[in-house]
Amino acid sequence: MTTALSIDNMLVLYEDFAALNHVSLDVAQGESFGIVGESGSGKSTLLRAITGLAGFQEGSLTVNGRSYGGRQRDKEFYRTVQMVFQDPYGSLHPRQTVDRLLLEPLIIHGFDNVDARIARALDEVGLGSGFRFRYSHQLSGGQRQRVAIARALIVEPTIMLLDEPTSALDASIQAEILNLLEQARRDRDLTFVMVSHDLGVISHMCERLAVMKTGEVVETVPVEALVKREFSAEYTRQLLVASEGFRRD
Amino acid sequence: MTAPDKTLLTVDDLRVRFPTRTGMVEAVRGVSFTLGRERLGIVGESGSGKSQTGRAIMGLTPSQAQVTARTLRFGDRDLLTMPAKDRRMLRGKRLAMILQDPKYSLNPVMTIGRQIVETLKTHESIGRSEARTRVLAMLEAVQISDPERVFDLYPHEVSGGMGQRAMIAMMLVCGPDLLIADEPTSALDVTVQLEVLDILDKLVSERGMGLIFISHDLRLVSTFCDRVLVMYAGKVVEELSAANLHDAQHPYTQGLLNCLPQIGGNRHPLPVLERKPEWTL
Repeated sequence: MTTALSIDNMLVLYEDFAALNHVSLDVAQGESFGIVGESGSGKSTLLRAITGLAGFQEGSLTVNGRSYGGRQRDKEFYRTVQMVFQDPYGSLHPRQTVDRLLLEPLIIHGFDNVDARIARALDEVGLGSGFRFRYSHQLSGGQRQRVAIARALIVEPTIMLLDEPTSALDASIQAEILNLLEQARRDRDLTFVMVSHDLGVISHMCERLAVMKTGEVVETVPVEALVKREFSAEYTRQLLVASEGFRRD
Repeated sequence: MTAPDKTLLTVDDLRVRFPTRTGMVEAVRGVSFTLGRERLGIVGESGSGKSQTGRAIMGLTPSQAQVTARTLRFGDRDLLTMPAKDRRMLRGKRLAMILQDPKYSLNPVMTIGRQIVETLKTHESIGRSEARTRVLAMLEAVQISDPERVFDLYPHEVSGGMGQRAMIAMMLVCGPDLLIADEPTSALDVTVQLEVLDILDKLVSERGMGLIFISHDLRLVSTFCDRVLVMYAGKVVEELSAANLHDAQHPYTQGLLNCLPQIGGNRHPLPVLERKPEWTL
């Protein structure tokens, strides 16, 4: 089992505030790894620090055997690691057609055969060629998230970072997007790092998960442990109770 | 729960239409229900008309829209024929509404205390010190541990959960008969969500209010409410008692229940909701 992504003792400071306080985790090649936590727990900062959107002051980061520091990433990193953001309304350029949105990463990374690649990418995410020359405001939230996933998959990455990919969507659309992501992972043998506040989603999608609180990893457990309730942290229990809905006592 | 002793709200054949460039869009298409002093949930996806139903009852529909109904009665008053001035007096006093995100629905340039005092003074002739005492008591009732401090804070200085409690305090300070909560906890973290619901639940049952709880989260609504209306494309497709949610007959309700990922569910791929055109008829 090779390690796709390894974080050791990572510290991210915003002025005096430690958004990530010495976090360590390893994600194996082909694994689907979940991160659960509430707002302010540092889960999004973790993804941003991996991609270089946020710099880290201490610790080390190794992706596919190469180590990276601070905010510098090479071109190979930007192709093999792709990210899907939470808000499909904010993450697509409003003045570019879907065609243009998908073309840009292909040009940047010097892919050939762009026409066929764009058509195939749209097919793969379940949008026909009829969507190719539309603007993002002409699409629904679920369709936009499909475009965002197509944009990530089109450069043939090996690692996908998913930052709450379905929390802005209706429950029925969420199911479609989760199925699409699982299918893509199976077909392409991708490694997922998925962030969510919803334990149900994480337990459906992932094999292992880390629970985060105030910038620290509270614990890392396999998903089966949630089902059997074999975990130690009180905070994990609170999240689990909260995910079961309201109870009148 | 006790049976509804008297009807608080009667909605019969409520319709809300919006004129658009391509013709009339009917957002709510003939919704009927009655509400006593109970907790009623309205569930549906975005665009199902659940929020517009709530807004029409409050009288907060945008002015270009047309609201019609056979009956829209609150207590013994007809809301449709009531003059706007009377309706304004009713809002905040006897009818109140909690909105989704406290960040956008509290006034950013007024302290929390002043906003709540404003509500109180609009509806009651009351002195300054008495208003302050009532507001502090209300803030305490929504379990804000240090009401004196929070009274003088601006909305950006408090967390989402605290802001939503302040909003609940503002809505309940005049002692309304009916509270409409439109996604009151969707913007909050899961653990905070339960605290806020707990406060809401206690206050609603203590004060014997009627509650309409609007949400997209079927599981949450079914654990919180007595009765659930499921809306699809502007219509109520099914009415259920919350305890019998799993006996849902309509394929849309069943689909909504099935498509949620569950811990230990192990269903790959997740069942997907297949929308049938005949549901919208």
